[in-house]
Amino acid sequence: MNRRNFIRVATSSAGGLMLAFHLPGCSKTKLPGNTGLPTEINAWLVIDPDNSVTVRVAKSEMGEGIFTSLPMIVAEELGVEWDQVKTEYADANRNLKEDSVYGSMSTGGSRSVRMGRPALQLAGATAREQLIKAAATRWETDPKYCVASGGKVSWNGKSFDYGELAADAALIDVGDVTIKEPAAYELIGRPTLRVEVPLKVNGSAIYGMDVRLDGMVYAAIKHCPVIGGTVESYNDGSIQDHPGFIQVINLETAVAVVADHYWQAQTAVDALEVNWNKGSGAGTSTKKWEAEFLAALDEEGVDASETQASLDEIKTELEASDSNLTADYFAPYLAHTCMEPLNCTVHVQDDRVDIWTGTQNPEGATTIGAETSGISTDNVYTHNCFLGGGFGRRSNTDYVGDAVRIGMQVKRPVQLIWSRKEDVRQGRFRPMSAIRFTAGFDDNKKSVVLANHSVTHSILSGINRWITLSGIDPTSVEGLAEIPYEIRRKRATHTIKNTHLTTWFWRSVGNSQNAFAMESFIDEMAVHAGVDPFAFRLAMLEEEPDLTRVLEVLKEKSGWGKSMASGTAQGLAIHESFGSIVGQVADVHVTRTGKVNVERVVSVVDCGHLVNPLTAGEQVESGIMYGLTAALFGEIRVRDGAVVESNFHNYEIARMIDAPQMETHFSLAGGDKWGGMGEPGLPPLAPAVCNAIFRVTGKRVRSLPLSRHDLSWA
Amino acid sequence: MIELKVNGTTYPLDVDPETPLLWVIRDYLNLTGTKFGCGIAQCGACTVHVNGYAQRSCQTKLREVGGKEITTIEGLSPDSSHPVQQAWIEHDVPQCGYCQSGQLMAAAALLSDNPDPDDEQIDAAIDNICRCGTYQRIRRAIHRAAELAREA
Repeated sequence: MNRRNFIRVATSSAGGLMLAFHLPGCSKTKLPGNTGLPTEINAWLVIDPDNSVTVRVAKSEMGEGIFTSLPMIVAEELGVEWDQVKTEYADANRNLKEDSVYGSMSTGGSRSVRMGRPALQLAGATAREQLIKAAATRWETDPKYCVASGGKVSWNGKSFDYGELAADAALIDVGDVTIKEPAAYELIGRPTLRVEVPLKVNGSAIYGMDVRLDGMVYAAIKHCPVIGGTVESYNDGSIQDHPGFIQVINLETAVAVVADHYWQAQTAVDALEVNWNKGSGAGTSTKKWEAEFLAALDEEGVDASETQASLDEIKTELEASDSNLTADYFAPYLAHTCMEPLNCTVHVQDDRVDIWTGTQNPEGATTIGAETSGISTDNVYTHNCFLGGGFGRRSNTDYVGDAVRIGMQVKRPVQLIWSRKEDVRQGRFRPMSAIRFTAGFDDNKKSVVLANHSVTHSILSGINRWITLSGIDPTSVEGLAEIPYEIRRKRATHTIKNTHLTTWFWRSVGNSQNAFAMESFIDEMAVHAGVDPFAFRLAMLEEEPDLTRVLEVLKEKSGWGKSMASGTAQGLAIHESFGSIVGQVADVHVTRTGKVNVERVVSVVDCGHLVNPLTAGEQVESGIMYGLTAALFGEIRVRDGAVVESNFHNYEIARMIDAPQMETHFSLAGGDKWGGMGEPGLPPLAPAVCNAIFRVTGKRVRSLPLSRHDLSWA
Repeated sequence: MIELKVNGTTYPLDVDPETPLLWVIRDYLNLTGTKFGCGIAQCGACTVHVNGYAQRSCQTKLREVGGKEITTIEGLSPDSSHPVQQAWIEHDVPQCGYCQSGQLMAAAALLSDNPDPDDEQIDAAIDNICRCGTYQRIRRAIHRAAELAREA
């Protein structure tokens, strides 16, 4: 990236934040005539007289690269040079006022490109046609003779920069426009460096925790150790003289201490003696729940798919089978532990609320700001920042609501910061789950029946109970309800089983545990049948050309079947989620004493089309490492109702030394398929690793994390 | 009153000397490039240089560093020209980016100690946590930074 562009990006990100502060919700209307001011062509696009183009991004930049990939989609249609493009966040307040002009601004479900693309293409293409028509009008020619490219409209040896045309163009209506065919793409598909990286190597990127406002004070928080418990009483006499102390705020399920500086607030809240009413969760443990979840596998469960075999058909088929195989799998609760602990800065005034935070859901933050303060959403402004990780956690707005409640009492700007201990212990967690598979084989060891029953803590029932009245939480059976393998009788059933913990979307959601169980069991089936894992899967995927192609490429790229050093083996898994297929082969070394080292992971991805191959590849690497942390170490345990883990010393994260060599290849279906990239790289990792471990040790891992297991071998 | 020297500037500070250096840097000097990640010296997001050595500022008390030369990410170079910064940009290392100030400070300290580390030495020296899992790119970027430093 050249220096000129760097400065522009810096101005756009940091300056944009401050601009939003001084001119909150300033919705730029179309400016008539050539005023020398920037012109908003549509809600997504502003063109400056100097020909620079600002693309508004209505999703959150949390590392997935949408600050780059989404403007690439607009720029492709608009016909501008990439170094003309600046990026800034769209305004959630405007989105609420202007009938969702940006669509949903929530970032999650790997939806940003998958679902957001058509609106971005339309924004770019419409602006292009408006600019062409503006130029044609000036030249008094037919727009069809004009060409828009490289930030210029040209005709007959003459040209206008977009910046010269923007003010006129903004007033022109062009009706329906044509979107480019993929064969004509010049920018989409080109590996492109992230626009905000220069800000992230010199400390100038502004995350929520970096917001500084005049007169700002800080708040630290302590929740009831048993989630759902409440404050019974506290004695703040002991901390009244604490340096910088301002006040204690009772938030019912937590207490917050406000002080001049964060460290003063944190040490004061640590010292504050609180008596808790621990509520119904007290006395419970994950050990007890695990036994209960596994016991509930014996229950019948509720049908998870409309098109599946009946219980009777399954029973009949199993009885007629030549051989059967059954296994129970288990996955624990997990915390997200974003690198940036949760935090939110607010300024609540009589007639308006300002919120500065990194959120995956700026509209939700605005709404909870309004609900909490009683001030209309029209006057609540969420200023989104860079997110120091999201992984789903930052789509919940609990921490925003708490900050607003604190802000209502302190009546000046206040920044609430969760300690890492609060971040690890206070959830919202990836659900606990137990899954049983039963398979039947004919006398040729061909699989003829496959049934699964999952018992999972529901995410959605914590949001809205009616969603799960049917007994199914769709997020819990992702990857189990619809299995791509062609087997004569298939059935998936489900049981919702909740505890007092709070659950939430965690990178790849239900796929995170279900792919582990499913692809491990498929490997068990292949072993039972005595067939190579690739051949076993391919034989059941004749009607699935994309899965077949990914497997074939993966077999070649991974060097499947190559000779390996003693104690080292390869494991295979493949899983489709969020519209993309990812197959992975893990080369895993297990020492005789059972220490696991994942040496290499080869991935083959079919996400249909690639917008930015660079960031797409980074997302696969990121999914692998996030999945590897969970596979190696990830487990939230509860004793006496409270979470045991508290920080990175006992909730371990994979580090450099744990990182395998990662190679990612793309094998794209093209066509209408535009798959997600933020999550699909994760689900196959754990089963690929566990299947390799089996090949080394003969030990089948049916529960995570691996740190639970003795994997020594002779 | 403690005199704290950060990025070449001396700040006289009337701050509780038990305050962790991290929070002095962030909340009194408003140099927010140095990040809070864990508070127990586990993750390295708060890494700064003290007299040229990488140190985790969340577990360093203000009283321990009076008069010492402290460098934060903002002071690593005036214009992002340090070889690690250049290599990080070239290899598109940061994703969310939150841990990267600490990664860069740890990598810069490693390279000043060992100008050409191999993968094993990098793995052993840098144990900062990155939740986005950018480790493979960090490794490559450290090799590239070593190369850039040699070329310079």
